Amino acid sequence: MLKGGYTGKILRVNLSSNKIDIEDTNEEWAENFIGGRGYGTRLLIDEIDPKIDPLSEENKLIIATGPIGSTFAPSSGRVMVITKGALNGAIACSNAGGHFAAELKRAGFDLIIIEGKAEKPVYLWIYKGRAELRDASKLMGKSTRETDKLLRKLTHPEVSTMEIGPAAEKLSLIANITVEGYRAAGRTGVGAVMGSKNLKAIAVYGDGTIRVAEPDAFKKAVYESRSILSKDPFSGGGGAKYGTSSLVGLINKVGGFPTLNAHDAYFEKAKNITGKVLTEKYLIKAEACDSCQISCGRVTEIKEGKYKGMKGAGPEFETIWAFGANCGIDDMESIIVANYICNEYGLDTISAGATIACAMDLFEAGYIPEQDIGFPLRFGDSEAMVRAVQMMAEQSTDFGKLLAKGSYRLAEHYGHPEFSMTVKKQEFPAYDPRAIKGIGLEYATSNRGACHVRGYTVGPEVMGGLDKNTYEGKAKLTIKLQDFTAALDSTGICLFTTYGLKAEHIAKLFSKATGFECDAREFVKKGERIWNLERIFNIKAGFTKEDDRLPERMEKEPIKSGASKGEITDLSKMLPEYYKLRGWDEYGIPTGEKLKELGLEGML
Amino acid sequence: MRVLSIDISKCTGCRACEYACSFVHTGAFNRWDSRITISHFLEDFIFIPSVCTQCEEAYCVKVCPTQALSRNRETGVVEFDPNKCIVCKQCVIACPWGSIKLNHTGREIIKCDLCGGDPECVKVCQAKALEYVEIEDMVLDKRFRSATRLKSSAMEVK
Repeated sequence: MLKGGYTGKILRVNLSSNKIDIEDTNEEWAENFIGGRGYGTRLLIDEIDPKIDPLSEENKLIIATGPIGSTFAPSSGRVMVITKGALNGAIACSNAGGHFAAELKRAGFDLIIIEGKAEKPVYLWIYKGRAELRDASKLMGKSTRETDKLLRKLTHPEVSTMEIGPAAEKLSLIANITVEGYRAAGRTGVGAVMGSKNLKAIAVYGDGTIRVAEPDAFKKAVYESRSILSKDPFSGGGGAKYGTSSLVGLINKVGGFPTLNAHDAYFEKAKNITGKVLTEKYLIKAEACDSCQISCGRVTEIKEGKYKGMKGAGPEFETIWAFGANCGIDDMESIIVANYICNEYGLDTISAGATIACAMDLFEAGYIPEQDIGFPLRFGDSEAMVRAVQMMAEQSTDFGKLLAKGSYRLAEHYGHPEFSMTVKKQEFPAYDPRAIKGIGLEYATSNRGACHVRGYTVGPEVMGGLDKNTYEGKAKLTIKLQDFTAALDSTGICLFTTYGLKAEHIAKLFSKATGFECDAREFVKKGERIWNLERIFNIKAGFTKEDDRLPERMEKEPIKSGASKGEITDLSKMLPEYYKLRGWDEYGIPTGEKLKELGLEGML
Repeated sequence: MRVLSIDISKCTGCRACEYACSFVHTGAFNRWDSRITISHFLEDFIFIPSVCTQCEEAYCVKVCPTQALSRNRETGVVEFDPNKCIVCKQCVIACPWGSIKLNHTGREIIKCDLCGGDPECVKVCQAKALEYVEIEDMVLDKRFRSATRLKSSAMEVK
């Protein structure tokens, strides 16, 4: 019997047969893989062949909550989407905030498994423990915000929703899934998988009760965690005041801010696109996800000029970087507009911005003829940038269709894949691996392709006093953070709590919520198990050691200016050590001994 | 007298107050067991907390046929005694704010009791949209804030 935290039920929806089943949550998997990301991966590897085409009917889309969510534990409302990613065919887990996870648990479910493909567009309506598929023809072509709004009219005014925008309907490989039209499970093209299934949206409403295993001890752990978070400069105030974009100044100052498609790592005009500028000129208010006291969400409005009156959520730090420094643009308004377009159409802003930067780079190098685009697309041209984003979102032209596939396909199409700043075909975000060595290892080994939030080494490397320019100890650091984050994600608690909270705090919240007693070490071990299982999925999908690499620009082209001028990186100084410390062989395959230690025998 | 002061402009919509309220009264988490409720107007990113404001002329007290609802003159709180309640729901009908509610079973009346003078919702409201303050301070604060807005327009006119 599950003692608390979980609802104990899973909703299985087969879109091909229109069949809906309710199953029990597997107790052993819950204990070993926590929930969310971990549980979802365990389930996915059990149910699909990792070799399938991610956009085929055989792929499944798992929407998962964590056992700590729908309570007053801090920032515990993450919802995770686990599937075989459309962008690269690797294991995908993208998570989003908002209130969907909390509402899904109130409706009685830990997890939804979506399988098959609907004949015509449908949406899934989950209401108090029951579910049905409904015709979505009226929602098709609608933006994410409009879809959310319409769903509130069609179902219940207090629903939480998950939807795709027009970009995912057209199977853009960098399409996201949004929550309530403004929070995004952004990366790895999870939106395209949802689109390929003809599932436009999910609306959920519930009135159920969530119990925890040890109420008094849980309450104590929650208040302890909340108090720690209140004292940290970011989670205790900076996050609400400046949002994630408070990082622009710092990352640029240390010379780790990829600029002009990573030809450089210092943007001299960065002062025009800082969190301060965003707050002072555009911010209307801070907004929070479920049970979150950090409130990093931005509600912004453009108050004057040609985009006057436009209003929406964001931009986040990564978005400001992607459309800003990486495209050589310091016009905050154009960045905000590009961000709004991505949100409305449902595109991952990191991949979208990095793809535009790649296109600018290819154009300036003379590899993309102007007639293909229809206009010159140069670094620093903010109007051209916004036009290109609109093209990518609408897929109205052949070039727009190409952009919607992400930078790897774009650069490959024009014969220069080395212009794509990707690992496993996924664009890397706003931290330069040449300047911050550990993050390069994290990008190279991240199971979902280049990503900063699987193991955020930037914390200790830039803010925590470690030397960001050295290779020593980075393998160990990366592993530690990757394992911890895998476990943390699976609980439903947001990564941003780690500004204040450590593994011991999260382990305590998890133990007291679920009754699966564990200390910090045992908790992180669960994360290691999850990490290895994700790796196993990728190995079975055909990924090899050759895929654990950085774009050659990172190893050959030194940073031109700023505090990290002259730096390059050398992955070979970290990767073999990383494999060894992971208990993997020289090809990056987990050894039998390691699998046994983690209870994953027979999984590979 | 201390009151629960609500500042709508500061509410981030996180619902932590709902969880805290439900938990402190029932030991579990259910929005429908929370005495305070946040209504989300996502289209405009506006979040509105609703909770009993302990009316001086409390309609709920007036309509209650069994004196399950009564005013504590000393604390100013409209108190509720479930043992006297027959769940006729007249108070739910009478309350203009929807602040007296039925819990998740639909068969029990619930209302804010200010947690006996130590409201749990306030403890989890980092945004300070909810505060437990002396009524004079709340009025003073509101007055000064609106006066500040007037002051800037008065200076523009000058």
